[in-house]
Amino acid sequence: MLDIFQYTFMQRAFITGILIAIITPCIGVVVVLKRLSMTGDALSHNSLAGVAAGLAFEFNPILGAVLFSIAAAFGIERIRKSFPKYSEIAIAIIMSTGIGLAGILSGFVKNSANFNSFLFGSIVAISDFELYMVIILSIVVILAFSLLFKELFYMTFDEESARLAGIPIKTVNFVFTLLTAVTISISARTVGTLVISSLMVLPVATAMQLDRSYKQTVAISILFALFFMISGLYISFYANFKPGGTIVLVGVLTLICVLFYKNVISKVLGKRVIKA
Amino acid sequence: MTKIIEVSHLNFGYNDNLILKDISFSVDKGDYLGIIGANGTGKSTLIKLLLKIMDPLSGEMKLLGENINVFKRWDKIGYVSQKANSFNNSFPATVEEVVAANLYSKIGLLRFPNKSHMEQVYHALELVGMKDYSKRLIGNLSGGQQQRVFIARVLVNEPEILFLDEPLVGIDARSEEAVYGLLAKLNQELGLTIVMVTHDISAITIHANKLLCLGENGMFMHDPKEGINAEFATELYGYSVNLHNHDCQNCYKGVS
Repeated sequence: MLDIFQYTFMQRAFITGILIAIITPCIGVVVVLKRLSMTGDALSHNSLAGVAAGLAFEFNPILGAVLFSIAAAFGIERIRKSFPKYSEIAIAIIMSTGIGLAGILSGFVKNSANFNSFLFGSIVAISDFELYMVIILSIVVILAFSLLFKELFYMTFDEESARLAGIPIKTVNFVFTLLTAVTISISARTVGTLVISSLMVLPVATAMQLDRSYKQTVAISILFALFFMISGLYISFYANFKPGGTIVLVGVLTLICVLFYKNVISKVLGKRVIKA
Repeated sequence: MTKIIEVSHLNFGYNDNLILKDISFSVDKGDYLGIIGANGTGKSTLIKLLLKIMDPLSGEMKLLGENINVFKRWDKIGYVSQKANSFNNSFPATVEEVVAANLYSKIGLLRFPNKSHMEQVYHALELVGMKDYSKRLIGNLSGGQQQRVFIARVLVNEPEILFLDEPLVGIDARSEEAVYGLLAKLNQELGLTIVMVTHDISAITIHANKLLCLGENGMFMHDPKEGINAEFATELYGYSVNLHNHDCQNCYKGVS
């Protein structure tokens, strides 16, 4: 089982994957509970537009991805304020903008192979630069999330009461929006859009089925994300599957199993106990 | 008597349509003020202006003797809104997590509630009779129990004023009675000043010691001891109102 680690590319894949599996649910739990689950998709499409802009106008594509993603994240927050009861409108508008921009800007990219590598990203082809970038990003996200853990909880649960209780809503929102944008743009480049948007939602959705406290839900979400990532990498290596798709499908299957257990098996077992 | 809320010549509206016109009133420490009136007369807006969630067109408001534009002691102000508007029932949070949240700004960054903070939480839950539910998920409680938890959440900061904006919407009669009993206890035993927006004229007439009535022709104060009759309600709502007097003591029900 350990022969997988004799390959340097797999060592890098595991280190990067584990770090991303730790930080993504931290962001994801707030995003899901704010009912903005599609944020990951919207921001990663905008970061793709940033990559296209970078390649077309010859500046660093990762910088382009980060800048476009930040602009998109603040765009979502701004539009959300105009439609307070319809948060999903903001995501739809920003996602369409990102897709439209990426489509037009990609037409100006001379080397399309280069653009495709940014489009899909691959966890088994991590460069030194990407590895260091993910390590630094993880330290920043873990620090910021620990620092603002309580404040993010209260703000997500009831923003109005949190403000009255003295939580600096604007500052916390600003830091969180920035963190989300940077996390998604860098992680999407490294592991691909598909993995990053699903790791934000699937572990949290699965953990929420277990009816635990907020603190426990965050911890369980991280454990689920680690399980999806590690088992996805193992399965893809030995079965020769694409790693991104495998990680996501392990997540989906786990969620189905948890839902089946909660809605069918536990109810049947409960009835038997009552009969006995 | 110490004036704890002072409002003078307050105006608020959208475009040319003034919703609140030249509103002036004051609330003394320990008062239980009921705010009643038809829909659209600005009852909830008045609370939001006092909480600085919205800004007025003109006028002055003071809380605890300070102009609200420079007011900083928001932890001394409790606010309980309509549950349905502010709360996602599937949110994974326990009762104690929800109540402890109001202490977070005092606890500070990177620190978590310690034993003494949790004692404050359990004390607040005990006051509202919900201590035994502290480990339960908030979404698994009944509407009345949830609203008691939200009252505990504001009590944990030992507020001086408690604002409630139609807190009993969608709650069954028994839970409603329990919440009214709790508020009366907090007002009488702890001297907490209460300001409550409600449509339940009969209940608020029994519990409040002052009524602020908002109608189409502006505001007026009413002494609940004088009771409420059909003439009063008709003037308040701006259309013909019949009050059905039930057998129970001091009980008026129904607005038609």
